Amino acid sequence: MLLFYLFGAIAVGASLLVVLGRNPMHSVLLLIVSFAALAGLYIGLEAPFAAVVQIIIYAGAIMVLFLFVVMLLNAHREDDAPGARPGLAHGPLRAGAVLALLLVAELGWALTRAGRGEGDLLASGPGADPAALQSVRSLGNVLFTEYSLAFEVTSILIIVAMVGAVVLARRES
Amino acid sequence: MVPLGHYLILSAILFATGTMGVFLRRNVITMLLSIEVMLNAVNLAFIAFGRTHGSVDGQVIMFFVVTVAAAEAAIGLALVIALFRHRESLNPDVFTSLKW
Repeated sequence: MLLFYLFGAIAVGASLLVVLGRNPMHSVLLLIVSFAALAGLYIGLEAPFAAVVQIIIYAGAIMVLFLFVVMLLNAHREDDAPGARPGLAHGPLRAGAVLALLLVAELGWALTRAGRGEGDLLASGPGADPAALQSVRSLGNVLFTEYSLAFEVTSILIIVAMVGAVVLARRES
Repeated sequence: MVPLGHYLILSAILFATGTMGVFLRRNVITMLLSIEVMLNAVNLAFIAFGRTHGSVDGQVIMFFVVTVAAAEAAIGLALVIALFRHRESLNPDVFTSLKW
């Protein structure tokens, strides 16, 4: 319980600093902190595989990619040149406010709906066998039987992304 | 045991933070980072739901979300590099023309 609040506070604080910080380099490093806190939350949820994936793939691979690009472009400061931030007109501002209120209303609705009668399932859900839940073996079974098609499609997605990244970042001759 | 609602509230806060970043920041890299925050908030909700219902499906979905996030980061950063090469800027307001 205490660990949940600790990790949750770290995740929210680091994410806020990521969003509000001026320096992209700091943002990337703080996002790694946020991911580490989320990995701690996943361990609390008895999902060690998710925690390891979070650390190795997210913090290890994706964030290093971001860090690499930030260093490559050498753009440490957000350009705050005059005219870079034109003041929003009233119309878009109103539309944005309506959208924000809609988002808050939807989140609130979802939270009230989900919280009803579900909270006590955590301790004794149907088939909540901790040993089976924790084992990576059951995860692999589900992944390669029930979700095998999605798994194969994922590999195509990765190849397309790889080729696309090479084509997009290529210097035009 | 932490009730499910707490995880969902935390997930909602993280998602709102990411959304705020996408709309407020004027830096393409920070906007991509904010999208990562949003994806992670969704992952947390998935895993909390999966734990509640005693199935590993939540973790499987999280696995796919991570894969899509990796693809998105690769493509997005390639786009950022291409845009920066043309305009020497990371401000999305600069990229207004479809062709130059």
